[in-house]
Amino acid sequence: MSQVINSSLKELGQMLASKQISSVELTQEYLNRIDTLNPEINAYITLDIEKTLAQAKAADVRIAQGRAEALTGIPIAQKDIFCAQGWRTTCGSHMLENFIAPYDAYVIKQFDAAGAVNLGKTNMDEFAMGSSNETSYFGGVKNPWDRSRVPGGSSGGSAAAVAARLCAAATGTDTGGSIRQPASLCGFTGLKPTYGLVSRYGMIAFASSLDQAGPMAKSAEDCALLLNTMAGFDEKDSTSVNRPKEDYTRDLNKPLQGLKIGLPKEYFAEGLEANVGAVVQSAIEEYKKLGAEIVDISLPNTQLSIPVYYVIAPAEASSNLSRYDGVRYGHRAKEYTDLMDMYCKTRAEGFGAEVKRRILIGTYVLSAGYYDAYYLKAQQIRRLIAQDFTEAFKQCDVIMGPAAPSTAFKIGEKADDPVAMYLQDIYTIAVNLAGLPGMSIPAGFSDGLPVGLQIIGNYFDEARMLNVGHAYQQVTDWHKRMPEGI
Amino acid sequence: MWSKLSHDCTLLQTIYKLFMSLNIQDVLRIAHLARIEINPAEAEATLNKLSGILGLIEQMQAVDTTGIEPMSHSQDVTQRLREDVVTEGNHRKDFQAIAPMLGNGVKAPAVEDGLYLVPKVIE
Repeated sequence: MSQVINSSLKELGQMLASKQISSVELTQEYLNRIDTLNPEINAYITLDIEKTLAQAKAADVRIAQGRAEALTGIPIAQKDIFCAQGWRTTCGSHMLENFIAPYDAYVIKQFDAAGAVNLGKTNMDEFAMGSSNETSYFGGVKNPWDRSRVPGGSSGGSAAAVAARLCAAATGTDTGGSIRQPASLCGFTGLKPTYGLVSRYGMIAFASSLDQAGPMAKSAEDCALLLNTMAGFDEKDSTSVNRPKEDYTRDLNKPLQGLKIGLPKEYFAEGLEANVGAVVQSAIEEYKKLGAEIVDISLPNTQLSIPVYYVIAPAEASSNLSRYDGVRYGHRAKEYTDLMDMYCKTRAEGFGAEVKRRILIGTYVLSAGYYDAYYLKAQQIRRLIAQDFTEAFKQCDVIMGPAAPSTAFKIGEKADDPVAMYLQDIYTIAVNLAGLPGMSIPAGFSDGLPVGLQIIGNYFDEARMLNVGHAYQQVTDWHKRMPEGI
Repeated sequence: MWSKLSHDCTLLQTIYKLFMSLNIQDVLRIAHLARIEINPAEAEATLNKLSGILGLIEQMQAVDTTGIEPMSHSQDVTQRLREDVVTEGNHRKDFQAIAPMLGNGVKAPAVEDGLYLVPKVIE
């Protein structure tokens, strides 16, 4: 079975097609692994074995009928931010602890239609607000590479599940780095697509102008297959971009000869841990061997991305999270005197400390007299940040750098210092603000902990980025390494 | 002319406010606006953390953004419009099935005759 858990999605598809293994057997193998490892790693919040196995059985029937697609019968972990009909969907919050979603998110529908198996709902920072998974109401997640360390966040459960081989692949969402930073800290491949490529319908909202769902898997090839299923225009998301469907595997095997890689000097400056920088540099050397050319570029407004993000994201969050009022669903306070008291107690009890902080910041920056000085100003600087990238892409095809400034840090190390935690996202946030696609691929290790290489592409250039990731994964085996004791 | 003057006044007020640091009263006022109950002890701890975050945000003020168009969507798309027709079925039953419990000692869902129940707001 050890071969099975480290197989690519394509290999698993072949095993299923040739009846070497059934979807029920494959799914049961992962459920057994979850049973053994999840009590400690805490990657999953909710399992529903009956529903999961029913999907696996249906997939086996479909395979037998010769109607299989690339992901039919493949067990996939879903971040608990996606509503899945009949499944408890908590978003890592006490507020939604008993919320059974009455409908499917677009992403869930797509996976269902492809015949994939929903293995369970994964742990995450509460409402996706965090970079360590420590803000989850359902407890932190342990990094499978070192269980005294965080897996990153906010998609920390999906990250640990992919790294510990507790699923064949997973989904995540990325508002400021929540796919790429955990991918870097847990040593796998994670892609945040161009804003508007994957529908946000049924994905619990945090900061609507930044939120984007994407695949989290072992390799670039796996991510390409997942993105084929996830991407698509959706009437129900007003910011969904209407463009023709693409096959993201189409360019995987293109040679990289002549590829221009931009290295932003700001991504290799103060703040980057030397050991992480060294791993990233050696990955870039590998790309030179593959025929790529290096171009020095500058993204001068990088430093501003954190202040801008911590205006825009909390402002949008304070508005989005106003829906949790205890009236129609979710938590309602047990004791209250009048309507105002019901609202205030419900929200005081239902939200955790970090979520409250961000709602308060957002409320403040949007309050009377402050809008121009904060939100409007932030949106103006946001354009400057996006223009930095537009200029850079005149000189190069992709941009590379670290995905996170350090390897996985100790549980508790930054939990009491929000500002230090926010700096974890220094290399990822600007990409969300600009709406660009970004991915992190395993590039090596430092003291036994994984380091990710970030690849930033131009708008809708996911096929090329996946090609760039795949080419590297043909000449390295970092993405095949597994933590000990799993 | 009046509107110009009042605009300038608002701007001056804003600039003045920006230089004032946050105090406990501000935290309590914001918490009230956000409809989150907060006790004085929590307010103190919150004040420290919020001040740290606002300190980070203040870096923006050094940037000259005169004449720069604000950006909300990278593709600068505008809201799509569609025909004004019903596209959703009636899901009232499904949605009301997940209503919260009434509270105040009553263990029943906060719904009645297809409506949601909240404390009386009009006498």
